[in-house]
This record gives sequence, C-alpha cells and structure tokens, in this order.
Amino acid sequence: MQIPVESYRLPNGLLVVLSEDHTAPIVAVNLWYHVGSANERTGRTGFAHLFEHMLFQGSANVGANEHFEFVQRAGGTLNGSTWLDRTNYYETLPSNQLALALWLEADRMGRLLPAMTQPKLDTQRDVVKNERRWSVDNQPYGTWWEKLPALCFPPEHPFHHSLIGSMDDLDAASLEDIAEFFRTYYTPDNAVLTIAGDFPAGEARRLVEEYFGPIPRGRGRPALPDMSVPFSFGGALREVVPDACALPRVFVASRMPVLGTDAYYAASVCSAILGLRTGSRFERSLVRQQRIASSASCFTFDLAKGADLFVADVTALPDVSAQRLEAAVHAELDLVQQHGVTAHEVQRAIALTETHFVTSLQSASERADQLSRFATYFGDPSLVNEQPARYRTVTAEHVSAFAREFLVADNRATLLYVPIEQPADADVSDVEVAA
Amino acid sequence: MSSLADGTETVNAESPAASPRPEPGVVRPYHFPSFQTRILPNGLRVVVAPVHAHPVVTVLAVVEAGATRDPLGKHGLAVLTGRALAEGTTTMSALELAERVETLGTVLDTGADWDSSIVQLTALRERAGDAFAVLAEVLRRPSFPAQEMQRLAEERLSDLTQIRADSRGLADVALNRLLYAATSRFARLAGGDERSIPTITRDDVVRFHAEHFVPEATALLVVGDCSVDEAVQMATQHLGDWTGTAQPVPDPDASPRFADSRVHLVAKPDAQQSELRLGHVAVPRAHPDYFPLVVMNAILGGLFSSRLNLNLREKHGFTYGAHSTFDWRRAASPFELSSAVQTDKCADAVREALHEVRRMREEKVSDEELSLAVSYLDGVFPIRFETTAAIASGLANVEIFRLPSNYFDSYRQRVRDVSADDVLRAARTHLDPARLQIVVVGPPDVLHPSLVALGVGPVTVHAPGDELGADG
Repeated sequence: MQIPVESYRLPNGLLVVLSEDHTAPIVAVNLWYHVGSANERTGRTGFAHLFEHMLFQGSANVGANEHFEFVQRAGGTLNGSTWLDRTNYYETLPSNQLALALWLEADRMGRLLPAMTQPKLDTQRDVVKNERRWSVDNQPYGTWWEKLPALCFPPEHPFHHSLIGSMDDLDAASLEDIAEFFRTYYTPDNAVLTIAGDFPAGEARRLVEEYFGPIPRGRGRPALPDMSVPFSFGGALREVVPDACALPRVFVASRMPVLGTDAYYAASVCSAILGLRTGSRFERSLVRQQRIASSASCFTFDLAKGADLFVADVTALPDVSAQRLEAAVHAELDLVQQHGVTAHEVQRAIALTETHFVTSLQSASERADQLSRFATYFGDPSLVNEQPARYRTVTAEHVSAFAREFLVADNRATLLYVPIEQPADADVSDVEVAA
Repeated sequence: MSSLADGTETVNAESPAASPRPEPGVVRPYHFPSFQTRILPNGLRVVVAPVHAHPVVTVLAVVEAGATRDPLGKHGLAVLTGRALAEGTTTMSALELAERVETLGTVLDTGADWDSSIVQLTALRERAGDAFAVLAEVLRRPSFPAQEMQRLAEERLSDLTQIRADSRGLADVALNRLLYAATSRFARLAGGDERSIPTITRDDVVRFHAEHFVPEATALLVVGDCSVDEAVQMATQHLGDWTGTAQPVPDPDASPRFADSRVHLVAKPDAQQSELRLGHVAVPRAHPDYFPLVVMNAILGGLFSSRLNLNLREKHGFTYGAHSTFDWRRAASPFELSSAVQTDKCADAVREALHEVRRMREEKVSDEELSLAVSYLDGVFPIRFETTAAIASGLANVEIFRLPSNYFDSYRQRVRDVSADDVLRAARTHLDPARLQIVVVGPPDVLHPSLVALGVGPVTVHAPGDELGADG
C-alpha cells in the first residue's frame, strides 16, 4: 500500500506536504514544530509543554479557547502534544472546512503574541500543574517517563530533564519567556505542515500560500547542544524507586542507534519478538511459564537524535519480589543477547508490524502525523511508504547482531519500582553505577 | 515586551496582516457504509459492509453473553469466559493459537462487557480467510485449559490489587458500587472481585460458553475489503453447521441505591490530587430521549468547550480536565461527571459541578451552545467511521442495543432536530442533582472538613479496602 505524497517549500521555509485521498469527505491538518523539551534552557523545564497549552489561548484574530470552539463547531476534532524534540498540533475536519483549519494554524503561527496575557498564563500554569499531578504524581509508576530518560542520559544532555517540568520551573515561566520561545521556534522554517485527505491540491496550495505565505522566516533557531552519546552506558545503571504502587515493576533500557538507521529496524523487530503480544518471549516465559509477571512488553522510544532507547517494561504478579522480577528480565535479555532470535520469530514480528501499518493508515489524522514525522526528522515525507520494505529486509541475523551488540549487560539501565509498604532490602538507594 | 527584541525587531515584530476567517465550502456528501444482513439457517446473523478503500478486513462476532448474565455470586464469569476464549481451542494450545494468529499478522481481541461478549480481529485482505477460520474456531471450540484458567483468575486478582492502589481505580470502583442497589449486578465489578473470582470454576466457564455462545445469539460483522458473497461464504463454511438455541435475555435490576445525595470520601492520605466522581442512574440506551440527552451532555461536559470544562479548567484552573458522560447500557445507564482536581480546591470543584448540573435544568441553553453541540455531533460523524474496526464497532452497537437498521442513515438528521426546549426537557426529566452520589478519593484531613462544610449531603469516610456496604 502506498499513500500519495507531494511536498514543497514556501519561500519562508515552511515545508508543506499534501496527501490526497477522496475516500471520505474528511481532511486532516497536522503541523509539527521542530521544538520540544530538549530545547528548554536550565530553570525552565516544562516550558515547551506549557507553551503548547498557551497556543490554545488565542491569537490576534482568535479568542481564548476559540480555537477549540471553531474546530468543534465545524465538526472537527483537535489536539496537540509535546515530545522531547517536537511539538505537534492537529485537526481533523469535514473536508469543506479545510480553510478554517489552515487559517487558525496560520493565525497562531503568525500572530500569537498580541493575545498572550498574564491571567491566561497563570491559569494554564495551574492547569499544567494539575496535569502533572494527574499524569505523574498521583498515578502508580507515573514518574517512570521522567525518571527513565533522566537515568539514561547524562545531566547536561537535552533529553535528561523532565518534559512536563518541575513545579518550581513552571512557577518561574514568564510572559517574556513565551515571547522569546515563540520568536525563536514557532517560525515557518522550523515547521512542517501536512494536509491529508479529501481536498483538491490546487485549492490547498492556494490557501497555504494565502495564509502562511506572508509569515516571515525566523532568524534561525539556536543550535542544540551536541546530542551525541555513546550507544552504551559503559556500565550497568540502576535506580530503585519506592512508590505508592501495589506491585513491583521494572524498566530496563539500553541505548541504541536512532530512528531510521538499519539498527533501528532490527531493534524494532527485536522489541516485538521480546515483548509484543501473546506469542512474544516475555509473555511465553515471564507471564505464562515462570508465572512471575502480570504484564510484560518491550518497545523503542523512537528518538531521532543522539541515541534511541530500547525498553523492556515488566510488572510483577502479587507475591513476586522486585529482585526476582529484575533478575528474570535480565535473564531474558541475556538469552537474546547471547543466542539471538529465529527466522520464525522475525516473521511473526514483521507480520504484526505490517498489519498495524496498513490499519493505522486508514485514518487521515494518522497519515498526516506520519508524513509530518518523516518530513520533520528526515526532510522526506515519502519515507512513510518505505517503512514496510524497511521492515521486510530485517533478518534473524540482523536482529541477533543488534541484540549481541546493544543488549549487553553494561548497556542496561534498570529502573525498579518497589511498593513503599514492602521496601526492597539494603540495596534501596539512589542511582548507582556498577561498573 | 522582551529583552530579546533587540536585533530581532524585523522578525515577527510586525505581525503580517490576517485574512478574514474563511467560510466553509460546500459540504461533500457522506453516507455510512451500506451493509447487508443475511441470516443463516442456524440463526447466525451475518452483517457485511464492503469497504474497499484499504486492503484490510475486520471480523467482529458479538454474542449475547454479557456480565448481566453472570449467575448470582459468580460475578466476573462472563468477562473471564471472554478472556479465556483466546487461551486455546480443541486443536490448538494457548500458545499455538497465539502463534497461528500472530503469524497471520493479526491480534485476537476477546472479552465481555455488561451486555455482550466479543471476538474480533483485523487482517490484511489476503489473510482474511485464514483469520476468519481461526476466529470461528475460537468462537465455537474453545478448550479452556485448566492451567490457563487458573492463570487468568490470578491475573484478575493482580489487576484488582493495582486498581485499589490507584486513585482513579478506587473512584471508579466506589461509584460503581454506590450508584446501584446493593443487590444489583451493576453494583459489583463487571470483571468480578476478590470474593467472586475464587468461586468460579472451569466447569462454570464451560457451561457459560455452552449456554450462551450459540448462533442464534450471535451477530457476525464483516467490514472491509470483502464482498457480501465472500463474507457469507466464509460464514457458511466455518459457522454454518454451528448449532444451539438462544436463552431468553435477562432484564437486570437497575434500581438506584440511594434516594438522596451523599458524599463518599475514600481516604487516600498519600494522594497528590483528588479524584472526583458525581453520578446517578439515568436511562437505558434505547430511550426515546437519547438524542436530546447526547446534545445536552455535549453542552454540559462532553466537549472541550463544555460548561464543566470551561468552568473547572479554563476559568478556575482546578483541573487538567472535567467531563461528563453516559455509560450506555441496555439497562438504565449511569450518568457520570468526572475530574481529577487539586485537593485544596476539591470542595470548590464539587460546588461548581453541582452548579452546572442545576443550571442545565433551570434555563434553556443558548443558541450558540446548542449550535456548537449540534454542528459538532453532525459534522464529526464521518470522522468517527474512518477505519473498518470503527465501522464494525458502530454496527455492533446497532445489534447490541437493537437500534433500527437505518440508525446511522438518520443519525445526523436526528441530532439536527434537537431544540433548546428538547435539551431543557431532557435535563429536567433525566438529571437530578438531588440524587447525585459524590465520590472523592484523596487525603481525608483536607477533604473531610471542606466537604462537610459544603453541605450537599452526609459525608461518609471509607478506607480504600472497604466494601462500601455492598451486599456479598
């Protein structure tokens, strides 16, 4: 299956991707800004995400929360999300409302600052603090997605600090920070605009030119600090987290080459062999045979800069100790690291990946998001269509070679959650480097 | 405005002039995919919606075997049976079945809710025939291996342990317990609890499957790159000689537990935030006021721009989000408001939420609010059905809730027909602030005095492990 892809740049640097499909009268508009928490400066953690909230607070011609109202009144759905190295905004609407979505996105790209006020910032700061309490602080294991990158990247690395940010840093964010961040990163030459679905290409080009054409190019975003890190920790890392959870849970992460490399595809297949669905090794061994895990999965973080992470995530059954769980997960990693995988395992993983790819691309919003993703990270949206072929070239040899090189014991960072009621033994401590 | 302005004044300092906000273009037509229903001689309903846009096929079997059919004391039997369907057949062990399904590139989804059980998968077109054969075998000939049954029971107990450590889980369980009469099946968890799960035997599961998984009680939905004839041929080949007679469908007790508002505080001293639920028993899914209620709920708490969210989130910043919903069932269904709020603002949030519920009943919604809700529900309709799985799920609702076969063709017109008077009447008839049960999970030292001071009803404090007075 191939999805149509056409792309071009406006003179101001905006990369535009069009993907026509007239199956249903639906159109998805998807805008990726190449900025995320990695671009934050010291003392302003959480700012990229807080800023995403502010983008729904209106712009010169759009009132506070009117962005939501206009899109929903048009029969559309919308949202935005912030990640380590990108922020996206997206709408899916009836196709006769394409112009509205483009106009709204252009108004906030071109004319955000006149609408920013202190009361809006104060309210959104409170909203984000409550988002933090909800998604991180008041949820068992909720801190894992800030603790794992913190463990896996050194303190000075842009991926080290918390994406949602600390309460203190959120308090420190000012309107001036908003203006500076906007001028630096929310520029057409730092963005990809994708339109997918039912639209005539000529009309889309005309609307994009009319709304986005006049927005001036930015002055060039500041270079990120060097993101490169070795694809190894050079020694086992370990952190034990006493948490208000019911069962022990362990994350084991390994550094690996980034999204898009040959090693990445081997790693992705390896993660499916170990931890995707019932036929995976973790499910067979940890859940069913040894009966020590209640759930077990494996995935890649899909980072495109510096190093990616290969992550095993396993939760214990009641009465299974954290130590036993941890040892069993490391034993599975040892097994694949030493003995590799079979062709049959690879075949299962690739079949699952292929079906997932085709079924997910039924949605215009998903097509648009994937096109923006490849355009943002690699400058080429048509790479979407090469994904099934990239997976099909992966062999058991490739996966075994990946495991042999990257899943070694001294490239593992272990984040172990232990219920507060039953603390682990003497080795409950902060980060320790065993090598 | 910014120290950074020096040297950057030419960049974005003069905002480019804006074009006026555009008007919508001409609406392009949309029709819910047409489908045909064939009834095989054994009573199996086969509903086929050919959709050829992408090379995939979804097959979804819906069976009259929901949790409302659980025998007394065996709460969780339907859900356990649903999960256990994927644990092996008379020709394949659990892992052989998983291996077979996954090398076909698909995932077998089995389970149950209050009204039905399902078996579902989505496969690439060229593997659809093989996948269909596996699904049919799972439906007809599960083996329920003793060892896997024991593991599933242990996993359910493990899930319960996790639910009880999580504020959200505790709030949902407590509301579930408190809305319906203690003797109602709905007062107990659909998936069963620590007391009911150990009483369920393999024989119970085998019997439940034999009684309820029969062709007369099953609808098979086939959606995607497949013709009606192909689908009927597959169904006939794999399920044509399936036999069995449907049992009468039960009419579960859905009476409410309390006649008046009460506050139920579940003490979680270490909580960093308070989980808030307000709810009462409302009406069945098939109620004639369904469309006015859906529009009413969109305005009250269904949309981002709903009264609840704009008040609790955007005006006060108490929360990341506040929503309301009907948890639709065949029987009288719960109406629920939910939010996670800053603990020191929890009583304020309850007061504001109650204010919004009362306001729905006191005055007509504005033209702007009504048109927002109606045009959203009307316009978003095609977006809800982009995938074969979403279309199959929509058709499953038609089967489960016994909706008319033209339900989706008339849906948008029925939404547009809802008036502000209809919304007011629906709110006055079906929302009752005086009956709302209020559940709060959080630190009792802050919450208790403020909830008492609020004066909306007697406040009872529970420990997280409390049975909340539910009948055994």
